[in-house]
Amino acid sequence: MATAAPLDASSTPHAVETSEAVVVRFAGDSGDGMQLTGGQFTLSSALAGNDFATFPDFPAEIRAPQGTLFGVSAFQINFGATEVDTAGDAPDVLVAMNPAALKTNVGDLKPGGLIIADSGEFSARNLAKAEYDENPLEDGSLGKWQLIAFNISQLTLDAVKPFGLGNKEALRCKNMWTLGLALWMFDRDRQPIIDWLNDKFAKNKTLADANIAALNAGHSYGETAEIGQPGTVAIPQRHVNAAPAEPGLYRTISGADAAAYGLVAGCQLAGVPMFFGGYPITPASSILHALSRLKEYGVTTFQAEDEIAAIASAIGASYAGQLGVTSSSGPGIALKTEAIGLAIMTELPLVIVNSQRGGPSTGLPTKTEQSDLYQAVYGRNGDAPLPVIAARSPSDVFDCAIEAVRLATQFMTPVMLLTDGYIANAAEPWKVPDMSVYKPFPVSFLGEAPEGGFKPYGRDNKLARPWVKPGTPGLLHRIGGIEKQVDTGHINYAPANHQAMTDLRKAKVDGIADHIPDQDVCLGNASGKLAVVGWGSTFGPIHQAVRRARAKGLDVSHIHIRHIWPMPKNLGDLLKSFDRVIVPEMNTGQLKTVLRDQYLVDAKPVNKVSGQPFRIAEIEAAIEGALA
Amino acid sequence: MNDMTPVKTSPKDWETDQEVRWCPGCGDYAILKAVQRTMPEIGAMPEKTVFVSGIGCSSRFPYYMETYGFHTIHGRAPAVATGVKLANPELDVWIITGDGDALSIGGNHTMHLLRRNLDCQVLLFNNEIYGLTKGQYSPTSREGTRSPSTPFGSVDHPARPCAFALGAGARFVARAYDVSKQLVDVLKAAHGHRGAAFVEIFQNCIVYNADVFAGFTEKANQDHQLWVEHGKPMLFAGETKGIAMDTKALTLKVVDVVDGNWESAGVIVHDVTNRAVAHMLVEMPFGPFPMALGILYDDPMPTFDEAVIAQNEAAAAGKKPNLQSLISKGQTWVVD
Repeated sequence: MATAAPLDASSTPHAVETSEAVVVRFAGDSGDGMQLTGGQFTLSSALAGNDFATFPDFPAEIRAPQGTLFGVSAFQINFGATEVDTAGDAPDVLVAMNPAALKTNVGDLKPGGLIIADSGEFSARNLAKAEYDENPLEDGSLGKWQLIAFNISQLTLDAVKPFGLGNKEALRCKNMWTLGLALWMFDRDRQPIIDWLNDKFAKNKTLADANIAALNAGHSYGETAEIGQPGTVAIPQRHVNAAPAEPGLYRTISGADAAAYGLVAGCQLAGVPMFFGGYPITPASSILHALSRLKEYGVTTFQAEDEIAAIASAIGASYAGQLGVTSSSGPGIALKTEAIGLAIMTELPLVIVNSQRGGPSTGLPTKTEQSDLYQAVYGRNGDAPLPVIAARSPSDVFDCAIEAVRLATQFMTPVMLLTDGYIANAAEPWKVPDMSVYKPFPVSFLGEAPEGGFKPYGRDNKLARPWVKPGTPGLLHRIGGIEKQVDTGHINYAPANHQAMTDLRKAKVDGIADHIPDQDVCLGNASGKLAVVGWGSTFGPIHQAVRRARAKGLDVSHIHIRHIWPMPKNLGDLLKSFDRVIVPEMNTGQLKTVLRDQYLVDAKPVNKVSGQPFRIAEIEAAIEGALA
Repeated sequence: MNDMTPVKTSPKDWETDQEVRWCPGCGDYAILKAVQRTMPEIGAMPEKTVFVSGIGCSSRFPYYMETYGFHTIHGRAPAVATGVKLANPELDVWIITGDGDALSIGGNHTMHLLRRNLDCQVLLFNNEIYGLTKGQYSPTSREGTRSPSTPFGSVDHPARPCAFALGAGARFVARAYDVSKQLVDVLKAAHGHRGAAFVEIFQNCIVYNADVFAGFTEKANQDHQLWVEHGKPMLFAGETKGIAMDTKALTLKVVDVVDGNWESAGVIVHDVTNRAVAHMLVEMPFGPFPMALGILYDDPMPTFDEAVIAQNEAAAAGKKPNLQSLISKGQTWVVD
């Protein structure tokens, strides 16, 4: 991935250099449309056949005051001719639409990296808002990077002048001008973006044309600058070849969409309608949005009055014979906790998706973290076990959601599916799977009393109790959160009964380990000096770091755990076959603690809780440190 | 409620084999009996009937009904019931709750259930006290209630369940008390109403708040009961008194009725669809006024479950669900 030679502004004109991979970050005011620019540049990367990973990074405020440091919105994309697993450590190119964007992002730029700045926005007022005493475009403070500054604002205004837009509206086309320039820089086709603009502004042809004009103007600026037109600054051009990929149909997918599709797929494989109870929360709301458009798939969505009602309604729906699903982020999951206990006690199927964000409390709503593992595995009153699955990337959420539905319906249990803000928002290429290869796992509702009489808490060989739809004659029964008698489900507080029921609930969830795949080693040998163990969205940086370390000859393997609870049966033995184990996590060491507890291995933590994903280099350093 | 083929059952058929665990003399027994008597009269089918409750003394109710039942968690019965009803609108859903369950910890859900108008019956057993936690004052306790948590008397103003329900947008509001002979009729009317039917049932907690409703429930005090009936004048105290409108102050007033001449006394004829009068009836201060009981308000409108299902069907109409094509859409490209 991103090991490209720095882009060189002084390279010979006309010669398009080829790079293995490039990391570009678009940064601007939250009203500048940087997420849109990034999204469309991602599309163009996909169409160019690059592998890629993106990292949208935006403020919690919807329209933060213009020009402020906290109002900066950024979108990073790493695209390459080889496998790309992360959004890239340090950008090769930073597009800064104003002083605040420059100030908050330039520190991440690679030494020698390229800054493209809109000098039109570097007014005294904006400089002051960004807390610059001097104009950094002029004072030489950006000396360790290559700087290309020109008045993108004015160039945009000039380009869209024929369309008679107001000044404010005209300046909104700046992002398309910038995108046009980026398309030229990376040798990309403009037509798909033009098609998209025509579609987006189908009802306002003037706006469509103005944006297209801006896009074209940005693109031709690159061309004319290249041939040394007076008044222009030459801009380097790079070509990134298509990454080798298996033949087939691909698409870009975000974690939120993958969750929605995976849940729908899971319910189809199970043969049950889905009831989704949700309450708006960042960054989980997009799952509710996506599912609310899929009613023809037997999906009912319910925006409840609060997080508790969202899960309680889902539990009610599961009781009535649909699969209840709810989704939230850490603070909302905290509110749902008592109801999760009810689902555990009543042994009803339920899927709970937690798109984790920085905590505690409201924390960092738009930033990513993996700090809800304890909450997922341990965070309930009483001995209240439930299976926990964690997705590693946007597309992986699809399969994890299917797995969550399988476990919930086959074992009559709530299941927690962990994603995070990064996974939910980021996009990656996804080879569209062939649904016919997924094995169905149809649910069966009890229709009549079996021989020996109906026992609401009787169990099958997986220790799952029967699922009975209210409305079924002859199977009337009552369930609830009070401890129930073995088999009958009647209220029972007897000491021996509570012991037996607690043991049964634990044994049922523990037994899921017999029905999940063994833990594999995703890179490296099954024994050796060092295992780097990860879960969730740290997959990308860990994988690349291990790859690099192995390329240097280091004896290191990557183990990525999807089934957080119960863990695969062979995991303990696998970990013990390594001399050392390190666990990089975006928390203060939660999986590390679970591994130590479960297997008495001396797992060492590697932690980061800045709201930003790990850099590959950070994990590489940890690997080298552990082997030193 | 639902249109169901009537089946013949007897009250006995609605009893479970579980031992009832309320305190001897608790008003809940009378309510349980009244509900079990109501079921045969409405032709209910046990397997299509679901009782959903929260937490508290009243919420043990589902264990004693030979139906489907879900004893959920504190305050959340309306939310669970919403999921049940949306997942299967064929079910006849009854919510059993109390004053703490519905108006304190679950006030939010009660409000939204009524606002949305989910088709179900909400029976709120109001004993003005927390019984199961041993007698703390509740959101409906009167000011000055001495309890373990308010040894010097409570200082907060009580919530009025029926006023809350009307304020939340309920389309059916009724009131009765545990041993009132009219309770079965009130429950039948609640069941007959399509939409959320809210019934406040004053319930005597013999252990922690005994006789708190004696001011109108005691035999000697029954002149203080105003049973309203659609199309009938609002008369009480053996038809010697009535409720009239003070047209200047725009408030209700108590008037004397002599020789049955209620019309000349200006007594109002009850119209269950008159929302403004319903608000006034539930706000009447007890003492100067009688306690208004019966069907205070009944004016149906389309239900939430019908609307959700209709929208689901409309949105799905003409679309052929094909997951393979769904996931194959969006920003796609082909690698050869």
